[in-house]
Amino acid sequence: MLIDITICVGCNACQDACKHQNKLPGEAETRLSATAYTVLEEHQGVTVRRMCQHCRVPTCVSVCPVAALVKRPEGPVTYDETKCIGCRYCMQACPFQVPRYEWSSAYPRVQKCSFCYDRLQNGRPPACAEACPTGATKFGTRDELLREAAGRIQGEPSKYVNRIYGQSEVGGTSILYLSGVPFEQLGFKTQLGNDPLPELTLNALSKTPTVIAVGGVLLAGVYWITSRREEVRKAEGARPDRARFPET
Amino acid sequence: MKKLIARLTFWKCFAAAIFAAGAYATFVRFAYGLGRSTNLNDLYPWGLWIGIDVMCGVGLAAGGFTIAALVHIFHVKRFEPILHPTILTAFLGYLLVIIGLMFDLGRPFEIWHAIIMWNPHSVMFEVAWCVMLYTVVLALEFAPVVLKRFKMSRPLSILRRLAIPIVIMGVLLSTLHQSSLGSLYLIVPERLYPLWYSPYLPVFFYVSALAAGCAMVIFESYLSARVFHRGLDLKILDEISRIAVVLLAVHMVMRVMDGYYRGIANLLFVPRMETYLYWFEMIVGVIAPAILLSQAKVRKSRNGTFAGTVLVIIGFVTGRLNVVITGMQASAGISYFPSWMEVSITLSIVTFGFVVFSVAAKYLPVYEDEDPKQEGSLHEVWTEDLHLVSQP
Repeated sequence: MLIDITICVGCNACQDACKHQNKLPGEAETRLSATAYTVLEEHQGVTVRRMCQHCRVPTCVSVCPVAALVKRPEGPVTYDETKCIGCRYCMQACPFQVPRYEWSSAYPRVQKCSFCYDRLQNGRPPACAEACPTGATKFGTRDELLREAAGRIQGEPSKYVNRIYGQSEVGGTSILYLSGVPFEQLGFKTQLGNDPLPELTLNALSKTPTVIAVGGVLLAGVYWITSRREEVRKAEGARPDRARFPET
Repeated sequence: MKKLIARLTFWKCFAAAIFAAGAYATFVRFAYGLGRSTNLNDLYPWGLWIGIDVMCGVGLAAGGFTIAALVHIFHVKRFEPILHPTILTAFLGYLLVIIGLMFDLGRPFEIWHAIIMWNPHSVMFEVAWCVMLYTVVLALEFAPVVLKRFKMSRPLSILRRLAIPIVIMGVLLSTLHQSSLGSLYLIVPERLYPLWYSPYLPVFFYVSALAAGCAMVIFESYLSARVFHRGLDLKILDEISRIAVVLLAVHMVMRVMDGYYRGIANLLFVPRMETYLYWFEMIVGVIAPAILLSQAKVRKSRNGTFAGTVLVIIGFVTGRLNVVITGMQASAGISYFPSWMEVSITLSIVTFGFVVFSVAAKYLPVYEDEDPKQEGSLHEVWTEDLHLVSQP
């Protein structure tokens, strides 16, 4: 989806549609929460819509120990509450601090935008995109929207900051933003870099089989070498070592 | 004698008070959820329970695999007398970690999901599996003590034959998950304060766990000697202390060099809470005990050794809490301090550990003892061993 902040009039139709679609309680909210998958935040007098970025290489998906979060081929990152154990690593790891939690529940769920995955599968656009009266939220394929966004910047360079937020941050996200005000001033995280974060742990995890193989051989080898010393001691008639754990 | 009773009663009252608070907090946690019982929130999802119960609990239990490896793989038999108490400490440590997780997880009774729902790309998945398997390893390593108590010779001889593979697995599993606790934070470079974030977090966590394990061996020996009126083998503790000193020195050098290469020198003197806690961790937890325990005079004294050990443990706990809590405050956009219920649960879990340890030490042959008349003494076990060995 492409969110053009310069066109947004702050009517909250997106949040209303989202709450209706997901059967969330109706009051308007200004911060993402367990009952608000999308919100309009105020920064420097500008209305900024926030929601899950549905990253192309999602950090939350890579950290979930039970694969409750999954990146769908169509783009959405969806959550399966039947798998979730509530470890909240997704909340800790998300660079955009998106996932919210049902803290007041005794059987809590992680809550975030699902990109209206059910609607997408039926060929319908997300509820928020359909509801937006000004077209500030526009739904389409990522390539189309990137072209469109680039086109808008080129067409009106004085109106837009020359950056499509979400194009390459942490490997690129499915939600793209255009703004007339520098993104740092609107509460966006602008220091994220372009490398997907899961690569950082993949570096460490990929060494696991090596540690097991090399470590196993090394330890078995040390045992073999130091065993010899014990055999020699015994053969020389030395007093047996105080071996309480019945082994040799 | 009266003094002893008075003292025991004081500690028992103290423990009872903690358990009472913990019981109430437990009720609130499971009846009303995490929101009512903790100060955790959407911007700050991990706090004291992860910081202490998981991060410190696992690290402090590191003595188990190191001493087991030294005794069984490296054949350093002079550490044999401390092996079983250390394994007990480690085993209890991991059981307490699991109990801690039952409180922190949002859906604790689904903790078994990791067994059949896999995401090998997740560090937490690796930690979960390694902790599960390693707890089984610890149970198997401690089992001989229990089996001897109930004179079950058949299982005992089976375990005897599996001893070496079990210990090797223990070392491998421990190495993987002790370092992986650090790896959990590799994925938040933009959120963890630069004084602590490093691509070498897994290495730092591993080395600090090794040092903490040594410290716990000494800590447990000292306390057990006082409470159970046992002798304390200062020769063994002297060696363990020296190993700890080397590990602390290695840790220090690694952190300094890593800090230099990442260019954090300018952060060392910024007047912020992060800076003060970093210096506290380094000075009180690494430099001071290293200097203290490097002196023979200190190591020859029970109390000196104990003091040095306590510093290592304080430093270790501070270090872990610095990563989990301190280091994440600035980027969270909200400040966090544990609720009294979180604190009471953590204290209850720790106290419970002390209680179970003393019960186990009282009724099971955990200790070597030179007095042949004492139950579970070495003499009694040796005669049993000979009896078992002479059977076909």
